[in-house]
Amino acid sequence: MTLHPILAALKKHKAGVTLITLQIALTLAIVCNAVFIIGQRVERVHRPTGIDEQNLFLIQQAYVGAPTGDDAASIEKLDAMQRSDLATLRGLPDVEAVAAINSLPLLQSSWTGGVGLKPDQQHSTEHAAYYFGDDQMLNTLGLQLVAGRNFTSSEISNRGFRGVGEPPMVIVTKALADKLFPKGDALGKTVYLDGLAIPSTIIGVVERMQIPAAGGWGDSFAWNSVLQPIRLDANYTRTAVRARPGRLDAAMREAREGLFNANPMRVLENQPDIGIGIMPFSEIRARAYRADIGMAVLMGVICLILLCVTAAGIVGLTSFWVGQRRKQIGIRRALGATRNDILRYFQTENLLIAGAGVVLGAILAVGLNLWMMKQFAMDRMSLLYVLVGIVVLMLLGQGAVFAPARRASRVSPVEATRSV
Amino acid sequence: MFGYYFDLALRSLKRNPALTALMVVAIGFGVAASMITYSVFRAVSGNPIPDKSAQLFTPQIDSWGPQQSFNGDNEPPQALDYTDAMALMRAHAAKRQTLIYPVQLSLLPGGDRSLPIKANGYAVYGDFFPMFEVPFRYGSGWNATQDEGRAALVVLSEEFNRKLFGGANSVGHEITLGGHPYRIVGVTRRWNPVPRFYSLFGGSGFEEPADFYLPFTRALDLQIPTNGNNSCRGNISMNGWDSWLRSNCVWVTPWVELDSAADVARYRNFLEGYSADQQHAGRFNWAPNVRLRDVMRWMAYMHVVPPESRISLMVSLGFFLICLVNTVGLLLAKFMRRAGEIGIRRALGASRREIYMQFLIEAGTVGLAGGLLGLLLTAAGVSGVGLLFRPEIARLAHVDLSLVALTLAVAIAATVIAAFYPTWRAAHVHPAWHLRSN
Repeated sequence: MTLHPILAALKKHKAGVTLITLQIALTLAIVCNAVFIIGQRVERVHRPTGIDEQNLFLIQQAYVGAPTGDDAASIEKLDAMQRSDLATLRGLPDVEAVAAINSLPLLQSSWTGGVGLKPDQQHSTEHAAYYFGDDQMLNTLGLQLVAGRNFTSSEISNRGFRGVGEPPMVIVTKALADKLFPKGDALGKTVYLDGLAIPSTIIGVVERMQIPAAGGWGDSFAWNSVLQPIRLDANYTRTAVRARPGRLDAAMREAREGLFNANPMRVLENQPDIGIGIMPFSEIRARAYRADIGMAVLMGVICLILLCVTAAGIVGLTSFWVGQRRKQIGIRRALGATRNDILRYFQTENLLIAGAGVVLGAILAVGLNLWMMKQFAMDRMSLLYVLVGIVVLMLLGQGAVFAPARRASRVSPVEATRSV
Repeated sequence: MFGYYFDLALRSLKRNPALTALMVVAIGFGVAASMITYSVFRAVSGNPIPDKSAQLFTPQIDSWGPQQSFNGDNEPPQALDYTDAMALMRAHAAKRQTLIYPVQLSLLPGGDRSLPIKANGYAVYGDFFPMFEVPFRYGSGWNATQDEGRAALVVLSEEFNRKLFGGANSVGHEITLGGHPYRIVGVTRRWNPVPRFYSLFGGSGFEEPADFYLPFTRALDLQIPTNGNNSCRGNISMNGWDSWLRSNCVWVTPWVELDSAADVARYRNFLEGYSADQQHAGRFNWAPNVRLRDVMRWMAYMHVVPPESRISLMVSLGFFLICLVNTVGLLLAKFMRRAGEIGIRRALGASRREIYMQFLIEAGTVGLAGGLLGLLLTAAGVSGVGLLFRPEIARLAHVDLSLVALTLAVAIAATVIAAFYPTWRAAHVHPAWHLRSN
């Protein structure tokens, strides 16, 4: 079959052909970019934090009427209160491990600073998030030590929230260690935090630990974490707790009761929006990624409806053309064209239209991606998305055209003799 | 004539129920997706204080130096350190001025509450209330003398007053916040500008309404730490409250009210001069680098509108556009199929104008049906935006009269515009040719 008669017929329906081509092109452009956004969000949400999230929960509470922690006496008082709380929690039947800590991955509450290789360095070598806590951080969070050792309990110091005191030793993530010491010999090396001249020795390297920021400004240093053996004292505390396997709910209940029994002068009623209460890590994760998941769902729904609308549009317009050309189809049939010939005619016609549409669409898709890269700091879309999109839309076109084309193929040759 | 054409439209639409349904559904979904995302977008991008947004400015002073800017773009820090903040207040170079920082204080059990709770508020100067046009239900704010006197006063929000006093006039009562007593001098009416432009350093702009406002000077005396961001640069060596105040840590948001362009220029000169003085005094070793942004510029600079809101609006509008292209194609098919009917009408004396009327009314009917469907979907979707946005943003989306009107108007207008080309084609059907071929 030659393309000539198809092209000739299409020329008579310039408007309809243009519209379908445009619709396919726009659909391809939007679906490609939407699926790309979905892919990115899904990838982001599935990044492992590096901690063992199961059975982990976080207690965020504030002491009422406690000192501010700006002088030595009040720091010691706050520290005694915190240690007493840690002891209370460690004594609970369904609790496996408890660590004082200032934040957790995905909690969106960060303490960040610069890590340098020389004392008094003007510009730090790497930006990193700080985790302050005690010797129980590693086992409570289930962090994997790949080199060196954990802090011992005698190495843990304490200080006020607004105090200074860089620690003599730190544990860093492998990502940070490799950036600071590309030869892989970070263990035992000295780093300087916050541009000061106080040396801190790297005594351990953990496999992976995400920073508290889940996205946005933290993306450039998402895996740069520094663990410091310091218990921070303030009238607000955070405590990470690992429950015995399967005993999460029980442990959370016990923790609430235990803490209130030990000292009722605290704010612990769940107000997650202002960082107060007891919440399982699964909730921290859900809160951190809610917008990402929501975006993926919205894009998914829009893509699905969009493909349906486009398919329905092709069905509608092809049906109209079939209706218009019944007489011509009848003549062709009468002149010896088989049903298959007619079927193939409409399918080829759609192939041509969809082909033009996806070529235009591919250009639009890449253009839209470039625009979004500029506007929303998005990544470059892999051309694979466009290629898959092209295949999907071509198949969609063929599928959509099938029903009206088959109806056309059933037009009886007798139609040729009818006047309408 | 309108009624007759409307009747014709209904008959015609009934003739191809599948095609009609397809158009209505496409427009319905398209307009609904756009309206749902728009309802969020208008809430997050709106002007929180329309009558005064051009008179309120937040000064920025580069106290870190060019090497230490937030994003390496030579922008000054997004807040002031204590030294510069106090200098601005002392200079009193604007009509009204305030410093702001968010605080969180605990409130002991009382009334029907058996457990302590946290209350969120702001430490502000007395000018805060007239500057931002805070409406009062009872009492008022405080004055400059009380600022200087470091008075233990507090203004409660309507919501907080309801929680604590059941909504009664509590002015004159004393409450204990964070272990210290304060005398209530005022209770605001419901006041929650969204986005909360005046405290964006460490705030998303979409928090729950504030519970209380207390004097900045008092908050400092009591060493109440900031509950917002605190950002420091370089050698951080501080120990305790006083050295923190002296440090380069930025945490205070300043706002000034400037009525005229001349005032703005004068204030900008003042900021430059202040920075130059600091340079001469050796505190800054870089040239003055200051900014003075008004409310809308400040919100744009701070990227208050969440990117997901913009992206989802863009994608929805793209989706709507495709639905419209689809509608143009289907209307074209539908109208041209009736070329014969048009030919007869034209031959019987109908003018082109009347053909236009008939078909645009038919398209408008489709648009109306699509708009009604879109309205249902929008209502359903707006209650489900919690899935897409953080709850504090999702609760801003709501269906009101303007959204209903907009949904219907957009649906009908878009469909009628989409129908122009098919109608033009229909109106130009050659009567004689069609009569002959039939």
